Amino acid sequence: MNTSRVFGFKTMKTLLTNRSRATITSGLRRLACTPSSCPRVCIVGGGPAGFYTAQHLLKAHPAMQVDIYERLPIPFGLVRFGVAPDHPEVKNVINTFTQTAQHERCCFHGNVTVGKDVSVEELKQAYHAVVLSYGAEGNRLLGVPGENLSGVYSAKDFVGWYNGLPCNKDLCPDLSHETAVILGQGNVALDVARILLSPLDILTKTDITQPSLEALAASRVRRVLIVGRRGPLQVAFTIKELREMVNLAGTRPDMVPADFKGIAEVLKDLPRPRKRLTELMMKAVREAPSGEGSTSRQWGFRFLRSPVEVLPTPDLTQTAGIRLGINRLEGSGDGARAVATGETEDIECGMVISSIGYQSLPIDPAVPFDPHKAIIPNAVGRVLKTSGLYCSGWVKRGPTGVIATTMNDSFDTARVLIQDIETGILDISTAKPGSQTVTPLLQKRGVNPVSFSDWEKIDAEEMKRGSVVGKPREKLLDVTEMLKTVHS
Amino acid sequence: MARCVHLQSLLSQHLHSLHLLASRALFSPMAGVRQGLYLPRGLGSWSSRGFSLYHVLNSASQGNSPPEDKVTIHFVNQDGVRTTTSVTEGVSLLNVVITKKIDINGFGACDGTLACSTCHLIFEENIFQKMEPMVDEEVDMLDLAYGLTETSRLGCQVCVQKWMDGMTVQVPKDVKNEKMASTVNQ
Repeated sequence: MNTSRVFGFKTMKTLLTNRSRATITSGLRRLACTPSSCPRVCIVGGGPAGFYTAQHLLKAHPAMQVDIYERLPIPFGLVRFGVAPDHPEVKNVINTFTQTAQHERCCFHGNVTVGKDVSVEELKQAYHAVVLSYGAEGNRLLGVPGENLSGVYSAKDFVGWYNGLPCNKDLCPDLSHETAVILGQGNVALDVARILLSPLDILTKTDITQPSLEALAASRVRRVLIVGRRGPLQVAFTIKELREMVNLAGTRPDMVPADFKGIAEVLKDLPRPRKRLTELMMKAVREAPSGEGSTSRQWGFRFLRSPVEVLPTPDLTQTAGIRLGINRLEGSGDGARAVATGETEDIECGMVISSIGYQSLPIDPAVPFDPHKAIIPNAVGRVLKTSGLYCSGWVKRGPTGVIATTMNDSFDTARVLIQDIETGILDISTAKPGSQTVTPLLQKRGVNPVSFSDWEKIDAEEMKRGSVVGKPREKLLDVTEMLKTVHS
Repeated sequence: MARCVHLQSLLSQHLHSLHLLASRALFSPMAGVRQGLYLPRGLGSWSSRGFSLYHVLNSASQGNSPPEDKVTIHFVNQDGVRTTTSVTEGVSLLNVVITKKIDINGFGACDGTLACSTCHLIFEENIFQKMEPMVDEEVDMLDLAYGLTETSRLGCQVCVQKWMDGMTVQVPKDVKNEKMASTVNQ
């Protein structure tokens, strides 16, 4: 059953003649419910996956009650803490999420850590279904010596730092050296490179946090090398982010033309997206001035290189450089494999940012978890070998894709859930209490959930602070301060 | 594109009212139908695949402009549901979908700022050929779109013009529905 065509009952009635109404009544009855047996679904995680899942559930089922539980007192997940501050247009999705949160059948419960404050089993008791949409809060490790040296950061923490994620506010990255190396060639890597090299007058107009703005103002980083284990045809970033690098004021590309040998010949056989992306990279290579230019800041790609070791300073405390293993490619296209040649090269740098991917973590022993794929094992969003458990977003399919990918993926999960109600796979015949039992349980445990209108107080305070300094908002960086604002 | 009223500029002027509109469109899939004349067809075929509905948003109920100022456009959404609407020249197709509350899932996530590809529409060959060329930024976003075709555009970048009268624009088909149907019994 295609659920995007499950309509509101009232409208439906106005449309139908008695005869046709009789024909479809049986179809509707499966969705109909008395107030006591309304399907109650809770979503774990208040990021894009959670909000898009909620949006479709509310639209597709006329009586569905949806509660969203979020660990932080603030909603929107990576739209707030992942999307780069100089991409305000991407954050427009918040407008839609806000409408979802304000829907009469939706309720946001922030400041609740599922797995700690309340177990998934307890949620399963209180709701007909639990949708896990908690994303990927961990990051993949490099697994090389020196990874723990000062000066080595995960891109996730670095992004969290400039975007005001409370747990990253004290990162204080060391920006005192000229060269920074970013490992990984995805969009996050380009976001980090762009933030490191952007002219300050661009950043000051964004919602970047004040401490990171000050640190970047004092930064001595002038050269950012973005390293990938495979070749130019295997980069993971998308063309919009590359174009931004190419057009970034006050910078010039620092490429190795030899890396692109033979690429021109295969261009014509590539699908359009890959072809245009590669052409833009080659344009940057051609336009890169030879020798030292007048532009002080540089960025460039280094291909066929894998980290072997982060090299320490003589006192063994700081990062002094990185040793890269040189690879060759086996195969071609997306499936090409990097194979170590055994040769290495060293690059001097004071900072290494590992941007090789986010990683989902298990949330609760009651939820199956595939440690190899780092996802919840599922079939189109149904968690395998369980009932009443669903998942959407990164924890469902892994930490890749743009926001539209998560949107479609979350709509799919919502459709599957509704389908299961219709077919009876998901039993909604018994009434469930929803937050009526969860909220008292949380309060008994000393946890005070934050509502969406509470968030709006934080939102107003942040925008007020931002307007003073000419920014769209000045984010609160501390959970205690957020809660204080809520209760003021 | 000189006469085009982009949603982005509209948004700056009517941010609040548009959000309200979008808000209503979000959760009421039939909202568009309420405004006009409905021609339900095949209502008896409600089944596991849903029922097919053809509805017309009657131009006469949309305002006082004489019909000659209006352009008729047919939308076919991801489920194959066809909606016919009559609109004024100059508005973007994204704006048409929002103001006419046409039921397309997740359409226009970034509010028409060229930051996503959710307003992807497929045009008829002859219409596509007549349209002005795309800017790089539009192609960049389209390259990330699901179900990209040779005649794809972003709805936020295409503004209605008189010569488009009668055209049909198609949302990429949701092939995932088929995939799901096949996994139901796993």
